[in-house]
Amino acid sequence: MTQLAAYTTSTGEAVQFWVLGTVAVIGALCTILMKKAVHSALCLAGTMIVLAVFYLANGAYFLGIVQIVVYTGAIMMLFLFVVMLVGVTAADSLKETIKGQRWLALLCGLGFAVLLFAGIGNASVTQFNGLGKANAGGNVEGLAALIFTKYVFAFEITGALLITATVGAMVLTHRERTERAKTQRERSEERVRAGKHLPPLPAPGVYARHNAVDIAGLLPDGTPSELTVNKTLRERGQIRDVSTEALDDLRALEQRSADRLERPDLRGTDIGRTEEASK
Amino acid sequence: MNPVNYLYLAALLFAIGATGVLIRRNAIVVFMCIELMLNACNLAFVAFSRMHGNLDGQIIAFFTMVVAAAEVVVGLAIIVSLFRSRHSASVDDASLMKL
Amino acid sequence: MENLIALLVAAPLLGAAVLLCGGRALDRAGHWLGTLLAAASFVIAVVLFTDMLGKGAEERTLSQHLFSWIPVEGFQADVAFQLDQLSMTFVLLISGVGTLIHVYSIGYMEHDERRRRFFGYLNLFLAAMLLLVLADNYLLLYVGWEGVGLASYLLIGFWQHKPSAATAAKKAFLVNRVGDVGLSIAIMLMFTTFGTFAFGPVLEATGQTSEGKLTAIGLMLLLAACGKSAQVPLQSWLGDAMEGPTPVSALIHAATMVTAGVYLIVRSGAIFNGAPDAQLVVTIVGAVTLLFGAIVGCAKDDIKKALAGSTMSQIGYMILAAGLGPIGYVFAIMHLVTHGFFKAGLFLGAGSVMHGMNDEVDMRKYGGLRKYMPVTFVTFGLGYLAIIGFPGLSGFFSKDKIIEAAFAKGGTEGWLLGSVALLGAAITAYYMTRVMIMTFFGDKRWQPDADGHAPHPHESPKSMTIPMIVLAFGSVFAGGFFSIGDRFMHWLEPVTRHDHGNSPLSAATVTGATMVVLVIGVALAYVQYGRRPVPVTAPRGSLLTRAARRDLLQDDFNHVVLVRGGEHLTRSLVYVDHSLVDGVVNGTAASMGGLSGRLRKLQNGYARSYAVSMFGGAAVLIAATLLMRAV
Repeated sequence: MTQLAAYTTSTGEAVQFWVLGTVAVIGALCTILMKKAVHSALCLAGTMIVLAVFYLANGAYFLGIVQIVVYTGAIMMLFLFVVMLVGVTAADSLKETIKGQRWLALLCGLGFAVLLFAGIGNASVTQFNGLGKANAGGNVEGLAALIFTKYVFAFEITGALLITATVGAMVLTHRERTERAKTQRERSEERVRAGKHLPPLPAPGVYARHNAVDIAGLLPDGTPSELTVNKTLRERGQIRDVSTEALDDLRALEQRSADRLERPDLRGTDIGRTEEASK
Repeated sequence: MNPVNYLYLAALLFAIGATGVLIRRNAIVVFMCIELMLNACNLAFVAFSRMHGNLDGQIIAFFTMVVAAAEVVVGLAIIVSLFRSRHSASVDDASLMKL
Repeated sequence: MENLIALLVAAPLLGAAVLLCGGRALDRAGHWLGTLLAAASFVIAVVLFTDMLGKGAEERTLSQHLFSWIPVEGFQADVAFQLDQLSMTFVLLISGVGTLIHVYSIGYMEHDERRRRFFGYLNLFLAAMLLLVLADNYLLLYVGWEGVGLASYLLIGFWQHKPSAATAAKKAFLVNRVGDVGLSIAIMLMFTTFGTFAFGPVLEATGQTSEGKLTAIGLMLLLAACGKSAQVPLQSWLGDAMEGPTPVSALIHAATMVTAGVYLIVRSGAIFNGAPDAQLVVTIVGAVTLLFGAIVGCAKDDIKKALAGSTMSQIGYMILAAGLGPIGYVFAIMHLVTHGFFKAGLFLGAGSVMHGMNDEVDMRKYGGLRKYMPVTFVTFGLGYLAIIGFPGLSGFFSKDKIIEAAFAKGGTEGWLLGSVALLGAAITAYYMTRVMIMTFFGDKRWQPDADGHAPHPHESPKSMTIPMIVLAFGSVFAGGFFSIGDRFMHWLEPVTRHDHGNSPLSAATVTGATMVVLVIGVALAYVQYGRRPVPVTAPRGSLLTRAARRDLLQDDFNHVVLVRGGEHLTRSLVYVDHSLVDGVVNGTAASMGGLSGRLRKLQNGYARSYAVSMFGGAAVLIAATLLMRAV
């Protein structure tokens, strides 16, 4: 198999290419077309795994494994973390706000594709050497020999780059407290001075049926108050609206009971459940 | 099959990624599209490596991955701090430079 | 002996420095110090003069090199003095008359609390004027030239609390400035033409220079002379300059400074000799001013302004003579010296009259003063006889020679100039007789001044009368002393050269004609002012009289042509600036602004828009690369 992938393209590889290539393109398209960021990330991960298979098929065994382990496994997970942090349920509006941007973007994309295709088509890639000789001593060993001899400086510099990136990420996300945290007393005094909300904010949740933090608590007159929900959730727009849920539940119950009533032959066996539901 | 098809696939993925960068507003998705473009390049490198019969292309792809990892770390940190200060991950919201 | 030359300038300069910097401590002795230093200068001049007389005619030139002023390669300016016969004449006149006027001022300025400052200015003037005539190059002469301008400005405006005096000072300064520009341009032209501006090399090199360049330099020198000597067209400041104290009018604006222009032209004689066109212009300027000043002098009721008109006219004679070339140089200087005596005497007499008449200057309010101030009457009368050219007195000799020289010019030009000079002599006789009659003869027309003090005319103190007497001696005898045996001509000839010309008229004919016009002038004035009483308020008079009272509309001319013209020019320049220059500038700015406003829309602040441009640009670059490789 190793030898085979190195210098020929078998029929098997051709089949593999057409099938998985289609999957990769579909994954890429889904990445840019999905409304939710989390879906995009999953599609991209799929495309990456397909690419990993292609690397293997091209004799780049080390890269194929790295693609799966590091790229798909670590980097994409990092993406998912951030997506979660930003709000996993938030969906992008696909409506374009900049005039002509979409058409220009499509034009650019198509133009790029055409240009690259033309470039590849015009290039004289008749020669096809295969990796058999290069991979003779094993792919990983071959890579290692190159990295630690010919590319050793580049390798060291990428090490420095990684360290710098790590430090940079820390600097960017670290927030230094520039002033003393306010005490409870000061905050209450501030509240009194502002005169808006003298008592503490009301707690979320409708205790009769829900006690989740993403559900707005009801005011005495029965209307839900957004104030009761955590600020972060409010900003992400992740308040769950339960004002219609009770009615929906009721409707579903009525539906079910109607179904039961139309089938009296089953009533005997399910008496307990019916009673429970009718409560 | 002609292995040049790998190159066509890489070009197609690159163009799709580029289009995505241009049309998406969510900074994270834009970032993913950039990763897609990088991966397309990597695929081209690997294909070239096979064509020329040496491992230099794979080495370059390897370095690309390392640099991409570094870039992801910094980029995501930027997105997080941007989200923290603006409560939004939209690249259009960070448009203070317009008049 | 040479080393004494610098002392001539240094003595009054020291006086000026001490008096002006000394402060109030010197108030009580300042005028004595100033007079003493002026006298010291005169004594040195006399010593140098006697020394000079002891030498042969050609060895009389002394020079003293003090120090290198601007020692630059190719531009050598030295502070060096040259004392020849011409300079000597001036030095004697300046320091002599200057000393007399210092003495006179002691009495005249007795009641002025700023007398020390006045003497400081007078000393400053003496120093500058002596520097002017002693300099051995044009640049140093220019320093003296500006120095006398400054002193003149300070002294005209000495009573600066009077707005008229302050204005007159400014006017004199500004008009002089126009002439000074001429002198500076002349010096620059000299430097580019000759590479130097020392008298010796410049005047020697005139033979090898083109006439055009000499004419240009000559005309610029003439412009300078016009400014300083109040010649048409820069004459307008002299009448107003009479706002200064009378000793100043006598010293600066009659005897010395205003003759600096004549000195300049005579000194630069070699340049003018090589430029007949410039000489012609000089004679024309002189002739026009001669008549101009005389006509103005006829109409003025202010005694000092009448004398100022006369000064202008007499300097016109000198300029005319100087323009005649070697025929006239000697006579120009001779008339200058005699004029220095009698005009200074006349001014001092006028000052004495004013002193006794509560500073009244209007001659229509004088009358019959001969009994009240006999010394003034006699000295003034002798000056009067001298200026009109009464036979035997100074003016007779000097003016007669100029008229002769004018005829000797030859051709139509000679006839014209001679006739103008003769006509001038008649008008001179007329207006001087008028001044004489209105002041000293006739009825008393005195009137109390604005404060109600009735005048009680009295003779002036000794310090004032003695200088007048000395000057009267000069007025009477100087001309005869100079002319008998052509002493003055032989004295100056080594410097200025002399040419007799070929007069179409004999000397006796000219003298006879002069006598005739003299008698006519005096008779006319006697008929008009002696036979009938002089009205206290001036009659309306003819059109010419009214114009002459307004200085022949000189100020109106200046106002209409220069001030209005300047205003219009400025306004049109402002218009051009606003419409054209600003239009171009603002238009450029506006179009850039408009263009930027449109281009700005491209900068919408969206990173994605920028990304589109980036990708588009990259695509274009790739396309271009591929195309280039395909070709």
